[in-house]
Amino acid sequence: MSAASATVPAAEFRWSPAVRGQLGMYCLIAAEAAIFTIFVVAYLFYLGKSLNGPTPREVLHFPVAMTICLLSSSVSIHLAASSLRKGRIGTFAGWWFLTLALGAAFLLGTALEWRHLIYEKRLTIQTNLFGTTYYSLVGLHAFHVVVGLVGLSTVLLLTLLGSVRRQHSQRVDVFALYWHFVDSVWIVVVMVVYVIGR
Amino acid sequence: MSTNPITWPEAEVVSRPFVDRLHEWVTTVDHKRLGLMYIFYALIFLVIGGIEAAIMRVQLSAAHNNFVSPQVFNQMFTMHGTTMIFFVAMPLVFGFANYLLPLMLGARDMAFPRLNAFSFWLTAFGGILLYFSFLGGNGLYGAGGAPDVGWFAYAPLTAPTFSPGHSTDFWTLSLLVSGFGSIGTAINIIATILCMRCPGMELRKMPLFAWLNLVMAGMVILAVSPLSAAQIMLLIDRYLGGHFFDTQAGGSAVIWMHFFWIFGHPEVYVLVIPAFAMASEIVPVFSRKPIFGYPVMVAATVCIGFIGMSVWAHHMFTIGMSSNANTFFVLSTMAISVPTGIKIFNWLATMWGGKIEFKAPMLFIVGFLFQFLIAGLTGIMLSIAPFDWQLGNSYFVVAHFHYVIVGGILFAVFGGFYYWFPKMSGKMYDEKLAKIHFCLFFVGFHLTFDFMHIPGLLGMPRRIYTYEPGRGWDAWNLLVTIGVFVQALSVLVFAVNLLWSYLKGNLAGNDPWDAWTLEWSANSPPPAYNFASVPTVKSRRPLWDLKHPEDPDWKYE
Repeated sequence: MSAASATVPAAEFRWSPAVRGQLGMYCLIAAEAAIFTIFVVAYLFYLGKSLNGPTPREVLHFPVAMTICLLSSSVSIHLAASSLRKGRIGTFAGWWFLTLALGAAFLLGTALEWRHLIYEKRLTIQTNLFGTTYYSLVGLHAFHVVVGLVGLSTVLLLTLLGSVRRQHSQRVDVFALYWHFVDSVWIVVVMVVYVIGR
Repeated sequence: MSTNPITWPEAEVVSRPFVDRLHEWVTTVDHKRLGLMYIFYALIFLVIGGIEAAIMRVQLSAAHNNFVSPQVFNQMFTMHGTTMIFFVAMPLVFGFANYLLPLMLGARDMAFPRLNAFSFWLTAFGGILLYFSFLGGNGLYGAGGAPDVGWFAYAPLTAPTFSPGHSTDFWTLSLLVSGFGSIGTAINIIATILCMRCPGMELRKMPLFAWLNLVMAGMVILAVSPLSAAQIMLLIDRYLGGHFFDTQAGGSAVIWMHFFWIFGHPEVYVLVIPAFAMASEIVPVFSRKPIFGYPVMVAATVCIGFIGMSVWAHHMFTIGMSSNANTFFVLSTMAISVPTGIKIFNWLATMWGGKIEFKAPMLFIVGFLFQFLIAGLTGIMLSIAPFDWQLGNSYFVVAHFHYVIVGGILFAVFGGFYYWFPKMSGKMYDEKLAKIHFCLFFVGFHLTFDFMHIPGLLGMPRRIYTYEPGRGWDAWNLLVTIGVFVQALSVLVFAVNLLWSYLKGNLAGNDPWDAWTLEWSANSPPPAYNFASVPTVKSRRPLWDLKHPEDPDWKYE
């Protein structure tokens, strides 16, 4: 091909290969959002349709500490990503570790809540429709937190080994998108399970 | 463009041992090889799914026939439907998209080559998992074999009580696995189309093929995910004792139908939009005119994408929804025929006044236009809820959707095969054999699926393994079965043509059709790097500009 160059107006937004990671992550988020939507619809559809107890009102308590942990981890991962963009590896590692700790604390909260429900309230996934939909929806979210924690620990390990540098900030940004998504899904789950559904 | 010497290091490739070459294909991340693997894989499953269809048709060719048992018949229609949708149609669509998109956009590869390979192997292993059920489906219970719950697997058939053993688990898991593969490929297609275009190729200068595949990929993301979610729920029900679809515990069988068809109907558009994409490339080239109404074509496709997400419950008129729901889905189903009609008129307007060459690709596309129109008309009939109450779950419905999938999609894909075969293999197919293939397939298709409407109108339900004589169904069923064997013969001609042309065919050159999109400027077959230098485009038909510098397109667009 002869290089008769087409002049693209400079002001126009150009999709560049640099944004493809972000775009791919947004597409994955769209797919994940569709999956969560189906689980949320099933939860709402089956509200009050259980044939036997326990009911949500009897056993669920608004998870204040867990919610604070997860939502603040969104702030910390944002601060981590922006310090990596400026090349401050030490600050990055600090904020990143905080994110990991907050995520782990959230997961611990889920574990304690489930333990309470299973051993004290006798609610399992087999007990009734509430149990089936509750453990599925919260469990699906918790699974995404676990995947996030695996990612967070991998990056933390690489940081401690000294191989994360400023030029990796784009990849960290892509990962941060995923973590923000997991956090925002939690807002939906909290609203559906602990506010509307109770 | 002159016929450049092929840069493929042929002698070198042939001399290497088989294991090395196999290793190269298995570990490849090249979009062309993955595209070809998708296509080969789909063709193998096309034969398997076709054999299953033939077994059903032999069983139904006469009343009180005993060719297979009712149990085997149930397995055959389940496996036939599942195979044809998930392991033939989807891989074909993805194979062509994978192979052609980077070439059409002037890119080196897809946006995420490793994700691409990962998605292919997920799909591949999904298909193997499904067919492993023939061996492993018995499980500990000694029941089952292949899945036999129908391709939409309505609850409570899938409950452990009614599906003991592991046959339904194989079905669920294979669709879950291949579904993740589909989502991965869809992400890749969107990122490739939006981020990897060569300089000058703005969105409104992309080939229509790319535009339509962009819409298809968006629909895959929004439609296949709900199916995956529903499969996860089914697994929870079957393995963990959940109650999602367990009516005994207050669960709902109808919600499975909704979840399945929220996937199931957009899936039809996922498959037919790439067929439209092929038609939109082939019709202009063989009419020697640019496509009529490019912006309207794009708008109509996006419209189909939107409306297509809101018509799913027209599969459920017979289950007794509220009259409001029925009315909504009747109207949305009828509304979708408007953008579809716009597309058909645009192709006709492209052909109008053109210098039409009836080579094999164009023949298949004309067949596609004609048959897709009829399929759309029976679709409008079925969209009317009271009419559907009469004919839902009858052979009329079976005839209707096979008219869409075989008469529409498969005809267009065969057209695409002949159109791009010279690019993919470097050889020209045999035009005479291709025309025989078309004639046989056309006759076989109409013999089968035209006459299949009639027993449906006469009241023959789908999925019955035999029927009483003297209901007026016998002769029609025999004709339908004969048509299947004519189709099988024509597919054999097709396979022979591809194989023989690949081995002994004449060299095709880079641009045998005097076409206008970028893939025809690469070598045939294209080298691993696609383009030696990054192409720059100024219009929708970059090769026209190159061939006609005195009258380029970009002056008018």
